[in-house]
Amino acid sequence: MLDGLRAYRLIAWMWIRSTMAYRASFAMTLFGNFAGTVLDFVAILLMFSRVDELGGYSFGEVAFLYGLSSAAFGLADLTLGSMERLGQRVRDGTFDTLLVRPAPVLAQVAADRFALRRLGRITQGLLVLGYALAVVDIEWTPLKVLLMPVMVVSGAGIFAAVFVAGGAFQFVAQDAAQVQSAFTYGGTTLLQYPPTVFAKDLVRGVTFVLPLAFVNWLPALYVLGLPYPLDLPEWVAFLSPLVAVVCCGLAGLAWRTGLRSYRSTGS
Amino acid sequence: MRAWRLYAAVAVGGFRRYATYRVATAAGVFTNTVFGLILAYTYIALWDERPGLGGYDQAQAVTYVWVGQGLLAVVAVLGGGFEDELIERIRTGDIAVDLYRPADLQAWWLAADLGRAAFQLLGRGVLPMVFGGLVFQLALPSDAGTWLAFIVTVLLGILVSFALRYLVALAAFWFMDGAGVQQLAVLAGIFFSGMTLPLNAFPGALGELARALPWSALMQAPADVLLGERTGLALLRTYAFQAAWAVGLLAVGRLVQSAATRRVVVQGG
Repeated sequence: MLDGLRAYRLIAWMWIRSTMAYRASFAMTLFGNFAGTVLDFVAILLMFSRVDELGGYSFGEVAFLYGLSSAAFGLADLTLGSMERLGQRVRDGTFDTLLVRPAPVLAQVAADRFALRRLGRITQGLLVLGYALAVVDIEWTPLKVLLMPVMVVSGAGIFAAVFVAGGAFQFVAQDAAQVQSAFTYGGTTLLQYPPTVFAKDLVRGVTFVLPLAFVNWLPALYVLGLPYPLDLPEWVAFLSPLVAVVCCGLAGLAWRTGLRSYRSTGS
Repeated sequence: MRAWRLYAAVAVGGFRRYATYRVATAAGVFTNTVFGLILAYTYIALWDERPGLGGYDQAQAVTYVWVGQGLLAVVAVLGGGFEDELIERIRTGDIAVDLYRPADLQAWWLAADLGRAAFQLLGRGVLPMVFGGLVFQLALPSDAGTWLAFIVTVLLGILVSFALRYLVALAAFWFMDGAGVQQLAVLAGIFFSGMTLPLNAFPGALGELARALPWSALMQAPADVLLGERTGLALLRTYAFQAAWAVGLLAVGRLVQSAATRRVVVQGG
């Protein structure tokens, strides 16, 4: 574990230094990352230029959900976004070189091409969250204040598990990076909208099967004082850290299984 | 005559090349379906709140989502296709070899891209639409004429998309790497094609601007034709709009290409 973190830090630092060699280019891609994530918020803005509510939620409330989802996903994307490239590495055979290096493979894959430009998404998410906090009327209690950072970090943990599990899946289906995007990018998109918008079965699926609802929906609705989907008890809002730990554990198991089943393409 | 046979072979090659990526295609269908599902529910909520938004009823709005997911890869809104390869060839200097070939550079890549688009239409276009039809009430036309008119707008949309991406790729002659320009082009494509929200539902002047830009030829125009929003004279106007952008952008592409290739000669590759 410590070995892995150390390897991750070293590789990530190497990539940061290499991108910093071209500062203008880095600034451009950072801006591009920021602008790209801003655009999907603009889509929500455009919707609200035509309506006052979406699924019974005001613009500020949707912005609250959006900011939390985007910040949590952004954190996971910054640290593990490179997992997407695993299938590519398996296909072209460069994955083999990672196996012979004296550092944990997961850390190497995750830190590969570590891209600081992904701070763009986190920045945007936090800005939207800041806006939401300014406009939405929340009855703050100490518990709710405490829940805010806990939910962002747990949410990042849940998304991190999705990234790692997606990586494990790519050992099996090498050419299926898009399936991973459906759960990562698709997941964060889903959570940016109110749960009342979606069919009950879909909400059940992302609560009990792939527990994305714990990233923001359940804790955020507690903070906002809005009713939960599916009539769940109030305390589920505090389960996010536990859910994150369990998800990461399962994803770790999946990763080991995937790694053990790996057969080089020989190319 | 021989030239046509060459380009036809290149197009068939483009088709077959993408046909070999079976797992990637299946994965793409899955992703389009997931995003279609999420978007369809948000559109239903939006049209519940504001019936008739953008001139669509709710069934049309949901159909718009699935047409959009089906066309996403066909008109390459998110990029990805020949331009990555062309940029790489420009960067490494391999492009100099291409210029000596007895084939036109632009026509060559266009033929390959048409082959790619034809495969994506069959491989990634049909299944999300079928899924959408099973889960939601869609407003699809029942007459063959509308479908035929739709196919023509899709073809014109592919031409406009190619012309845009060709310009993006040629930018690599001037910039060390094409990544920045490519990124900007994808952002513009996502926003102005109507992928996030139908351009009809954009408010005021922004909507008018968005509908006049070339990206509206990629997704908005074909979707409107399929939804029966443009018939008769309006259909002809849509064709003229798309064709004008296609011809104009392809012509600009040729100009830029000749400027760029002169640059290659000056630099010696």
